Amino acid sequence: MGQHLMKGNEALVHGALLGGATHYFGYPITPASEIAHAAAELFPRCGRHFLQAECEVSSINMLYGAAAAGARVMTGSSGPGLSLMAEGLSYLSGAELPSLVVDVQRAGPGLGYIWPEQADYNFIVHGAGHGSHNGIVLAPNSAQEMCDCAYQAFELAERYRATVFILADAYIGQVMEPVELPHHLLVNPHKEWALYGDAASRGNLHTSIYLKLEELEGHNRHLQEKYRRMEEEIVDYEEVATEDAEYLFVAYGITSRICHSALRELRGRGVRVGMLRPKTLFPFPSRRLAALAGQVKLMVAAELSAGQMVRDVRLAVDGKVEVELYNWMGGRIPTTDEIVERLAKTAAGRKA
Amino acid sequence: MHTIKHHKADSLYPTFERKAPGAEVSHYCPGCGHGTVHNLIAEAIDDLGIQDRTIFCSPVGCSVFAYYYFDVGNIQCAHGRAPAVASAMRRVHDDAIIISYQGDGDLAGIGMSQIVHAANRGENLTIFFINNAIYGMTGGQMAPTTIVGQKTVTTPGGRHAANEGFPIGVAEIIASLHAPVFVERVSLANATKVMKARMAIRKALRNQVEKKGFSFVEILSPCPVNWKMTPVEARRWLENSLEPVFPVGNLRDLAKGPFDPLDRKKPARVSERRIFEILGVNEEEPHSGTVRLKEEQNVKIAGFGGQGVLSAGVLLANCAIAEGLNTTWLPSYGAEMRGGTANAGINISHETIGSPIVTNPNALIVMNLPSLDAFEDTVRPGGAIYVNSSLAKRPIRRADITPYYVPASDMAVDLGAIQCAGVILLTVYALVSGAITIETLQKVIPLSIKRKNLLDLNLRAIEAGIAWHRENCR
Repeated sequence: MGQHLMKGNEALVHGALLGGATHYFGYPITPASEIAHAAAELFPRCGRHFLQAECEVSSINMLYGAAAAGARVMTGSSGPGLSLMAEGLSYLSGAELPSLVVDVQRAGPGLGYIWPEQADYNFIVHGAGHGSHNGIVLAPNSAQEMCDCAYQAFELAERYRATVFILADAYIGQVMEPVELPHHLLVNPHKEWALYGDAASRGNLHTSIYLKLEELEGHNRHLQEKYRRMEEEIVDYEEVATEDAEYLFVAYGITSRICHSALRELRGRGVRVGMLRPKTLFPFPSRRLAALAGQVKLMVAAELSAGQMVRDVRLAVDGKVEVELYNWMGGRIPTTDEIVERLAKTAAGRKA
Repeated sequence: MHTIKHHKADSLYPTFERKAPGAEVSHYCPGCGHGTVHNLIAEAIDDLGIQDRTIFCSPVGCSVFAYYYFDVGNIQCAHGRAPAVASAMRRVHDDAIIISYQGDGDLAGIGMSQIVHAANRGENLTIFFINNAIYGMTGGQMAPTTIVGQKTVTTPGGRHAANEGFPIGVAEIIASLHAPVFVERVSLANATKVMKARMAIRKALRNQVEKKGFSFVEILSPCPVNWKMTPVEARRWLENSLEPVFPVGNLRDLAKGPFDPLDRKKPARVSERRIFEILGVNEEEPHSGTVRLKEEQNVKIAGFGGQGVLSAGVLLANCAIAEGLNTTWLPSYGAEMRGGTANAGINISHETIGSPIVTNPNALIVMNLPSLDAFEDTVRPGGAIYVNSSLAKRPIRRADITPYYVPASDMAVDLGAIQCAGVILLTVYALVSGAITIETLQKVIPLSIKRKNLLDLNLRAIEAGIAWHRENCR
């Protein structure tokens, strides 16, 4: 079958269109701009809508409006844009409107720079915006997965009436790799809760305000129950060489690719290392990590932040195994050798 | 001329559950203007026969619960953002009648950006802007439209222009834009003025039904409780104090807008087959799959921006796919960038590729001297370095790597196109490494170069590379 060399950001737009996306609203920002570029080119040609919003505050509210009107709607941005969207993300969760939001993470805080980081983890994975709410967070680590995640995003979002985030990073957005496109076009279904401007949907209401304490409390319980259900139903991860692993990398996105290279090198040197790569960050593969905690001697959470995902790993293993943090910040990317040497030294030290 | 209704409009619910089960009065305070405006809008909805088609955007403020009154499709929006919400809904349903009803804090304070941009796009929407010069729901604080000297709980000494600025005339701002078709300011100060408001509200809605474009009605409305007046006093103050600051009247009434607000360049319907064509779903790439790599290739191509470094890398990666190999291409980016050079790292392997980052290449292709200086030391021992010796005029310093000095820029100039230097070097790399075949290179290059004369030049560049290799490498 045909494989196309594509940037991760472009693959994502192809996947979204084949996944039935009908509307794109967004404000350009490096390193996510190729998403807006490809969407501006391809959405109208495919009979879909593209509009460059005046700011990210408007983008996310356009998602709110289009989702309420029954569209399959998406936006793409990076950290500073996501910060502006926080209010709207909370409203989307409150009103349970499904949409796709892509964060191609750059280095922060503040304006930071366009280099890759994974420091939006806490913000995105633990509920961006006010109130107790979450979205489904997918973590692709290749151009192919950028396509695949976007392709399945709307069906997931609609199944749970929740925001689906794709949490990528500057490298996964920029890397070009062969991508095989899905061969089946998904179609936006009619939604009985949406507003269509017709008699049948006239009684529908989208809101997130509840005047009675019992109702708002009940709404919160309903949301939390939904998030628990996600953990039962859609948690996803990839395991590499975990069967006999004594050491375990836990990494996602670009960091998981580098860890994968390091893993091969270390296996070549006789170090029994495996990797668990979360493909969903919310829900997080806590149960599998807890099981592996009884098997491995040490877990290494590798990430491009001050140490955000590592807390979820530690929470999952609940002290049953030591979890070490390998981290880099400010756009610094580790070399494969750096990771290899660090773990090899640890392994040698433990053997001695 | 006008039929006066003595019963409640159909598009208002018969009872208001927000107030109390079965209640027939609203939650609005005595003398408030919202009830009047709700009635005027509901009557217009009835008379235009658009109840089923209407979607009403409730704001944040006293009218947050408009959905308890209007028996239409309803959505409650974040503070100030309704014009963005409505703009998006407009792009989903061409025929829905979308109303945004906003107060002065919502529209003129936090949401000033959203209203201006929706107006500027000329969205086929109707906006009702209730200006009562104060924040009602939150307890009487200053609004952007509070007049100078007006006392509020956050301007206890009266609004002072030097500190809080002047009240904002939103209707004038909207009328300064090209796209809106209808802009009018009306007042609820007395019955005559209410009848004028009624006309403006109808017009603004009829415009949307007729798909004329953006219509905006600013309604000066009393808030007796927060103004600390009786309803009668409030109407007098509205007329005597507010109207001089916000003059009532029509600011824009076009029979036709400057463009068709629904002209979105959206093809009526695009078939699945056509979508597959546009996205390249069923496209077959040339595929040979004959190459057996001696070792995984970690290639770095570096040079000045504009030397075609990145595109040469893309060409190599495309050839690798055609050979049935795994590949990645990553441009110089962030911390990888140094010495003012552009570069791309390409991995080619039979295995799944881990890190796409090329730190220590086993093949380095350098197009200029700064790139040679920057990356010579990074090449793995035993690797190869392909030097554009036209521009990088020095021998390499290392003894543990094999150099190929190809005067690629001079050769490309001889062919008539200096930008072909990269393809010449890539050809030599292909022949030396065996990672891709010349046949594949010749087959893949037309896919990325569509212009006939450039394609011919590039095919000749491949020949030149083959000739150089024949003369210098055997």
